[in-house]
Amino acid sequence: MGRGRLPRATFGMSDAVAIRLTVNGARVERLVAPRLNLVDFLRDELGLTGTHWSCEHGACGACTVLIDGALARGCLVFAIQLDGANVETIEGLTESGALAEVQAAFHARNAVQCGFCSAGMLLAADALLRRNPEPSREQIRAALSGNYCRCTGYHAIVDAVADAARERARRKP
Amino acid sequence: MTAPLAAVDRPASYIGKSVPRPNAKRLLAGRGQYVDDLRLPRLAHVAFLRCPHAHARLKSLDIAAATRAPGVVRVVTAQDLAGRYTPWVGVLTHFKGLKSPPQHPLVHDRATWQGEPVAAVVAESRALAEDAVALIEIVWEELPPLTDMAAALAPGAVPLHAELGDNLCFGRAIDAGAVDEAFAKADCVVEESYSFARHTGVCLEPRSILADFDPADGRLTVHCSSQAPHMMKEIFARHFHLPETAVRVICGDVGGSFGIKIHVYPDDMATVAIALLLGRPVKFVADRLESFVSDIHAREHRIAARMALAKDGTIAALAIDDVTGVGPYSTYPRTSAVEGNQVVGLTGAWYRCRNYRANLRVAFQTKPPTTQYRAVGHPIATSVTEALVDRAAAALGLDPVELRRRNLIPDDAYPWTTASGLKFEKLSHQAALEKLLTLMDYDGLRREQAELRRRNIHRGIGIACFVELTNPGPAFYGVGGAPISAQDGCTLRLDPGGTVTCATGVTEQGQGTETMVAQIVASALGLAMDKIRVVTGDTERAPYGGGTWASRGCGIGGEAALQGALALKANILDLAGAMLQAEPAALDLAGGWVVDRAGNRRIGLDEVGRAAYFRGDTLPPGVQPELVATRHYMPRQYPFAFTNGAQASYLELDVETGFIQLLQHWVVEDCGRVVNPLLVEEQIRGGVVQGIGGALFEECIYDQRGQLLNGTLADYLVPMAGEMPDIVVAHIETPTAESMLGAKGAGEAGTGGAPAAVMNAVNDALAPFKVRVTAQPISPWRVLAALGKG
Ligand code: FES
Ligand code: FES
Repeated sequence: MGRGRLPRATFGMSDAVAIRLTVNGARVERLVAPRLNLVDFLRDELGLTGTHWSCEHGACGACTVLIDGALARGCLVFAIQLDGANVETIEGLTESGALAEVQAAFHARNAVQCGFCSAGMLLAADALLRRNPEPSREQIRAALSGNYCRCTGYHAIVDAVADAARERARRKP
Repeated sequence: MTAPLAAVDRPASYIGKSVPRPNAKRLLAGRGQYVDDLRLPRLAHVAFLRCPHAHARLKSLDIAAATRAPGVVRVVTAQDLAGRYTPWVGVLTHFKGLKSPPQHPLVHDRATWQGEPVAAVVAESRALAEDAVALIEIVWEELPPLTDMAAALAPGAVPLHAELGDNLCFGRAIDAGAVDEAFAKADCVVEESYSFARHTGVCLEPRSILADFDPADGRLTVHCSSQAPHMMKEIFARHFHLPETAVRVICGDVGGSFGIKIHVYPDDMATVAIALLLGRPVKFVADRLESFVSDIHAREHRIAARMALAKDGTIAALAIDDVTGVGPYSTYPRTSAVEGNQVVGLTGAWYRCRNYRANLRVAFQTKPPTTQYRAVGHPIATSVTEALVDRAAAALGLDPVELRRRNLIPDDAYPWTTASGLKFEKLSHQAALEKLLTLMDYDGLRREQAELRRRNIHRGIGIACFVELTNPGPAFYGVGGAPISAQDGCTLRLDPGGTVTCATGVTEQGQGTETMVAQIVASALGLAMDKIRVVTGDTERAPYGGGTWASRGCGIGGEAALQGALALKANILDLAGAMLQAEPAALDLAGGWVVDRAGNRRIGLDEVGRAAYFRGDTLPPGVQPELVATRHYMPRQYPFAFTNGAQASYLELDVETGFIQLLQHWVVEDCGRVVNPLLVEEQIRGGVVQGIGGALFEECIYDQRGQLLNGTLADYLVPMAGEMPDIVVAHIETPTAESMLGAKGAGEAGTGGAPAAVMNAVNDALAPFKVRVTAQPISPWRVLAALGKG
């Protein structure tokens, strides 16, 4: 309803800024308006629609991406802040296989319903497992509390992350 | 399995198996296709100017500056749309006395809630549209808001809609048995008042619509995030004066719905009107604040309730008085009468009590419309009933479980008609309660609770028995004039390679509709699931049907799929019989083959398909293959199926802070035939979590002027993983005998029962302090207020 939301535009180009960054391993150069948000940049400029808008406020995690390897909320970042950065999204992390065990576990456990939260959930789960390969159920719940899911009861998601942890441990040489 | 299902109870059957959803892989790879992901040539974006006041007269509207703003295609006001549509009225003839004024896409002269759309800007991007919205000059004259339900219904209250005479949108009274006499003779009477706040659905994907009108061939295509594509098609055709043939509605991936995405919204209608006006595709996606002030809200009830009992614990009578608020309009086309109607219909319905009185009054207010949201009316009916039962048990010195045991409808007493007139085919309340007690180790928990109380640790155990209304027949909506289909169809086609394409009228929002249909079809045709392709959500590809709501996907859509698959099987066997010169009755399908009675493979389905489509010359004369079959299904014997269950909550209360920690939750659910336990269980858990949201966190907080105070997801609390307990789910299967499949539905039971179990658990924890909390959400401040620490 206007004004209430964070600015989302590729227009107002008179003060456009050139940025160069890496997105999912590919070099990207664009002229962007200062007010262009990272989520709109990914979705509208690059066609990476797997990153979603939901709360537009940093609360829900639907817009989660990796910036220089760290979890970040796309909705709280402007594209011009990312000159020189390395951004990874659900699309790139799927293609590289980085999320494969987590995705397989989410599938097997039915830890996904509408799928709108899933990209953020998967990235958050993967980040947890990278820093804590053997999390308890409580630790999984705590780590995923910045990612809202409105469909599942979270139980299956916790099960899936625990399964993925076991699978990663099993595959470790 | 408790009943035979010969057609699909076969060695390789998928029925009852925990099969993961094939279509979920796409979603997990970030390859979903939600409306906002579509990219169309010449797409323009719509942003709305919304009324900032709860109630105001539009004095003037100047769009000149906005029209000149960069990137603006058109600024649209009510005047631009006048005569281009028929307004809609949210009434149905079978709800006697239900009234509501005509509703329009954009405000003409008076706005009646904060957030009502007034003007639309169409621009090359959403941001430019929003920039221009800010340039619209508008002058309002504020009018008195009407936020409080009781004030709206008080004698002499100024009617919000003068032409309707008063603010009573709908009323219903039930008086069954001899209520006064039962209260007069009762050994024990308990009474209490309850209140339930407004909350809303918070779909993670906001409401989204992309309307595309091609003036060259006069066709309107609408991509929308909706549960009911055929209903929306009918509505667009009806209200925009288009032939049915000119309208196509497509629902791709839908990011959560829960009843939010099944109603007609002014901004959606405005977007379609704009597409028709401009002859190009236009898109509107609600932002989060818009969602909070324009999505339907739910609940908002105040209930006074009384229960009369005999010394032995028999419930002698029950009486409730429910006042609920629905905003300025009854929502179209389902109406806003159903929530309250279900509260008075369902309260106490699982107990034997025959003396029941209920009085429902539904008030107009200047807040967003409220209407059907997941588990319509159920959480209210269940919370009130089960809280009274706990109070009564305490008053009589009985264990709350024991009081339930003495009053539940016995499992051998069916069919049963409730005091409110609902018909139950066959439920399993007693078995469900006993199973729940075993599952949770009720006695062990009680011992643990007593032990911890001695150490000043305050834990509570709450039980709730409940019913869930599912699979409505045409008497629910259709009879009252709504374009809502109670039946659903499934069309199946054997393709040349021996695989099956199957289109169904029920839709997918993540519940697993496509998987469920594929499981049933694969089982009936003796095929592997990966040989089945299921198509949903497109009015030009799917047979006519109501879509997915009221937990009807499996019970109705699943049955249509089963019957359709059996019809296709008969056709295949007819053809195979002709090809093999065998009696079709002596043949069967298994493992992708036509087999004989002994199970010997006679001919592959791929060969049947090829012969039918490419080598008709090899078929005996006069044989015409028909490898497409369609069947529709609509329940007729009962107006609704009902499921039943029992839930329990175990929690710990911090009496210093009022915080509640949920420790564990249990559900025993009898949803009839369980086609896929993996899907049903998380569906139930998701429902429980939404119920817990309403019970503990969720509230659209309005001030006296009708202003929403918490319109962000930082301020409006939805349940997070860290606060939710593990949820143990177990099943009882009492299939409905009305269908072959016997499924009844499982989408809403969690939401219907959880708030009651949680509220009872909180009050159980508070019992040593002799105080109770009877308002939801049970926020910490409400707990502290009850404890006198507020
Ligand atoms: S959209 Fe970014 S956190 Fe919700
Ligand atoms: S699966 Fe729908 S929000 Fe998580």
